[in-house]
Amino acid sequence: MSSVLYDAQGPKAKRRNVVISVLFVVVLAAVLWWMYDQLDKKGQLEWVLWKPFVHGEAWSTYLWPGLLNTLKAAALSMVIALPLGAFLGIARLSDHAWVRVPAGVVVEFFRAIPVLVLMIFGLAMFSEYTNISTDDRPLYAVVTGLVLYNSSVLAEIVRAGILSLPRGQAEAASAIGLRKNQVMRFILLPQAVTAMLPAIVSQLVVIVKDTALGGAVLTFPDLMASVSSMSSYYGANTIASFTVVALIYIVINFSLTTFASWLERRLRQAKKSTGAVVGADTVVELSTPGEHMEGPK
Amino acid sequence: MRRPPGRRTGQEEPSPHAEAREIVFDFLEGYNLWEAFWTTVQLTVASAVGSLIWGTLLAAMRVGPVPLMRGFGTAYVNIVRNIPLTVIILFTSLGLNQTFRVTLGSSNFDTTNFRLATLGMIVYTSAFVCEALRSGINTVPVGQAEAARALGLNFTQVLTLVVLPQAFRSVVGPLANVLIALTKNTTVAAAIGVTEAALLMKKMIENEAQLLLISAVFGFGFLCLTLPTGLILGWVSKKVAVKR
Repeated sequence: MSSVLYDAQGPKAKRRNVVISVLFVVVLAAVLWWMYDQLDKKGQLEWVLWKPFVHGEAWSTYLWPGLLNTLKAAALSMVIALPLGAFLGIARLSDHAWVRVPAGVVVEFFRAIPVLVLMIFGLAMFSEYTNISTDDRPLYAVVTGLVLYNSSVLAEIVRAGILSLPRGQAEAASAIGLRKNQVMRFILLPQAVTAMLPAIVSQLVVIVKDTALGGAVLTFPDLMASVSSMSSYYGANTIASFTVVALIYIVINFSLTTFASWLERRLRQAKKSTGAVVGADTVVELSTPGEHMEGPK
Repeated sequence: MRRPPGRRTGQEEPSPHAEAREIVFDFLEGYNLWEAFWTTVQLTVASAVGSLIWGTLLAAMRVGPVPLMRGFGTAYVNIVRNIPLTVIILFTSLGLNQTFRVTLGSSNFDTTNFRLATLGMIVYTSAFVCEALRSGINTVPVGQAEAARALGLNFTQVLTLVVLPQAFRSVVGPLANVLIALTKNTTVAAAIGVTEAALLMKKMIENEAQLLLISAVFGFGFLCLTLPTGLILGWVSKKVAVKR
């Protein structure tokens, strides 16, 4: 294999690779064995601690309800944040400064603030100014925080999606006499939606991960929160609970990530479209304040 | 307050504004905002340095010629990126500290939590640092290295004279984004009781009445931390970027 860093390897380099591989395996095995030893010494590998996860009880009592809450919060946030984000994103592209500037300020502000701060604010808001019951408040707070933050990120994704289209699209539309809002509605948005699908899916991963904050800090009974209830109920099986919960998160998010990159690949190869796409890995960039936008490519 | 607010009695009150200010920011009394934000900054810097080191090692494995190390790097990044940071941070406290009695060399409760949070943050952020570095290296066209080899430069020369200088310049922007994301992520340390800004905010909101004002102060604090970083490093990254 050749890359920018090194050329295709000859016999000598291949031998060296084998030696390095063997050394690496030895070190890795030593570390893994040490971890196993530590786990064993603390009795964390006892079958009793892992049994609840193999039999259905832990799933039906803790994991499944927690997972449902996590997915509920994530889905609600996405559904509410998408239209808001589309609105903000289009507003940011407006020709009128009095629309563009406020939208820009809102987007930059909420991208600059940690989502946990927004959630804490949301929780206090709901307890102060509304009579939502104490049980529902964490869900509302989590969704509020996630919506405020993610609508700003999605606004940038929408904007990037529209900007990623070749300029000729808008120009041709104007040339056949469409108005500005018709150009946006009939020509740019439909194509941009397709182009930004991968980025939206990978933002969903961020949302799912952020819901865990609600479980840890706001007493939202999600998948994260099920760890502490399980480890107190099943007798200090902290390691086992963490492992299972982390695995569930990995499975969900890994499938979403894989789906996003599959979408991206498909869109890039598509013959029908302009090939414009907002890549799945741009979301880190679009989720931080400051100007990162590049023009149409 | 000696006098009710808003009452102006003439000479003995030189500045009514000073008093008004005192009343409005009364709720800040008894809380150490500076210390909380300073902890946030310390967490950010410590985790940034740590994850830069570990992330660079991971990136070296991921772009290197040894398939096994590439596999390890890929697996690490894919696993860690898909676990919520909250889970990792809580694991350092409930798992490492309470189950395995890991204290990271400190006997003080607060210091232990700070170090555990930093460790968790490093484990998580280094995956993103690795991806940023890798994407930076990938922006260097293969032709650059091929041309360098054609000139007769050896491996070290190709790396240090041609590839890395270009890679470093294109990596500033992505790394700046990771740094800002890290700054915001330090709030997760609140979950294990590190008294940084978000935890102080939570405490203050619970004890004081001025919800909007407290939120505004903390919002402004984070704005001051993240926005300049974004603007300055964004400018730098544009300045040094290799035009292709």
